[in-house]
Amino acid sequence: MNLTAQPRRIDSPLSLLLVAAALIWLALIIGAPLATVFVEAASKGVSAFAESFKNPDTWAAIRLTLLVAAIAVPLNAAFGLAAAWSIAKFNFRGKSLLLTLIDLPLSMSPVISGLVWVLVFGARGWFGPMLEAGGVKIIFALPGILLGTILVTVPLVARELIPLMAEQGADEELAAVTLGAGGWTTLRRVTIPNVRWALLHGVLLCNARAMGEFGAVSVLSGHIRGLTNTLPLHVEALYNDYDFVGAFAAASLLAGLAIVTLIAKTLLERLGVSEHTRANEA
Amino acid sequence: MTAAAISAAPRRATPWLEHSALPGFRLAFGFTLAYVGAIIVLPLAALVARPWEHGLGGFAEAIFAPRTLAALRLSFLAAAAAAVVNVALGLLIAWVLTRYDFPFRRVVDALVDLPFALPTAVAGIALATLYGPNGWIGSILAPLGIKVAYTPTGVFVALLAVGLPFVVRSVQPVLQDLDSAYEEAAHTLGASRLTVFVRVIMPALAPALITGFALAFARGAGEYGSVIFIAGNMPGVSEIAPLVIVTKLEAYDYAGAASVGVAMLLVSLAVLIITNAAQVALSRRGRP
Repeated sequence: MNLTAQPRRIDSPLSLLLVAAALIWLALIIGAPLATVFVEAASKGVSAFAESFKNPDTWAAIRLTLLVAAIAVPLNAAFGLAAAWSIAKFNFRGKSLLLTLIDLPLSMSPVISGLVWVLVFGARGWFGPMLEAGGVKIIFALPGILLGTILVTVPLVARELIPLMAEQGADEELAAVTLGAGGWTTLRRVTIPNVRWALLHGVLLCNARAMGEFGAVSVLSGHIRGLTNTLPLHVEALYNDYDFVGAFAAASLLAGLAIVTLIAKTLLERLGVSEHTRANEA
Repeated sequence: MTAAAISAAPRRATPWLEHSALPGFRLAFGFTLAYVGAIIVLPLAALVARPWEHGLGGFAEAIFAPRTLAALRLSFLAAAAAAVVNVALGLLIAWVLTRYDFPFRRVVDALVDLPFALPTAVAGIALATLYGPNGWIGSILAPLGIKVAYTPTGVFVALLAVGLPFVVRSVQPVLQDLDSAYEEAAHTLGASRLTVFVRVIMPALAPALITGFALAFARGAGEYGSVIFIAGNMPGVSEIAPLVIVTKLEAYDYAGAASVGVAMLLVSLAVLIITNAAQVALSRRGRP
């Protein structure tokens, strides 16, 4: 039997010192910035906090952020499923190249993820003159913001699904097909139920990143208030106007989203783990 | 599971497509290829194609301009320094989270991931306020003559927060699965705590620590949102490489912006190759 280390109680001066040092560092580096967001948002009282949400640009930014996530996340989830289905359930040549390409956006600066789209669709980009002639706007408009967000978040669902589906193999799917189920039925009734927690986990991370993306979108949006500013860009604009209560009030929404994401993620991981152990015991 | 493990090919050469009774390959694979082609390959091709507009000289001129060079140096040095500190403190935090039980351990564990979930712009304005002259931490440091906000130190401090979860999450699963029988055997044989840590635990953790370092470094070098508010962005002093790209784009210098982008990707790639080589060397060392 594998004797994995069980956490034990703090029982010596050394262990107390280690725990205290770790907690103090986490409080400094993670706790203090998080607390700052809420303290600054409330620094001029509740009425000033509420007043800041009367700004119509804030609502336009919230709507745009929700719209971008509502388009980018389902697209990347569909991609994640398709990529995992072909990579994990089939054997073909060039698989590792494909995996490397899918992972690539994770090691790119978000600013580069914005820059590349300017090089394709910008005024002096590959298709810029053509788009201008046709009167189509991609950069400094919604499509550009979407493309940047999609590029930054493209691996997040796929990376959750591929290892899990590869581990599960194709036996259950093959059994379903042998019993006469079609491809879509097999996906819906066998594959997706088997990976639901991982899928949700990926969607959650993808959504948090899509709503909070700053670097890529900052290059692509054009910063037009009330029109192309997403919520993180709106936070920047208010901060640069020295409207600190407004900036931190808007930021507190995003910080709230991050906290909800962490709570949901922790719960999902526990569900996933308990399901995994059940499957092993069965 | 790593990419290499998933795609580990059988001994004989894989055919282009191994036969399977499972339907849907054409549709799923077709969609995957089209998506990767449109979203990843096309824009990256545009990036790689662009810097050579004015020949190799144009590329060199963009990269070796003093302002660009200073920004590249700052981004990569600050990322490396922050990743080194994060390897040490990430190991400490992973150790404490797996080995000791204390109140709110699960809450603390979940909180480690906050830098993954918190939008970078939010972290950025919070850090700038916290370390500013009137902030909680800045006002304590100011009388000591330490300035963090609007200096290169600010870049380093912001990257400490950005990189921490990468190291903790790389090391934690290894620590959790580490068979304590080895540690106990070493203790029984009379090894001191320090010896056990250095000779038994560290070798097992080394690959995970290297992975954590590489991930924290890559993320830190490209980081934008959490850095620009605290950095002060003075050209040549506290201006980071991604900001140089933004500035060049605003001046419609596409070739220059693409040059800096390609240079950043090349350095990141080199670090990735070096860390991979280190992993391979480490995994060979233990074998007979």
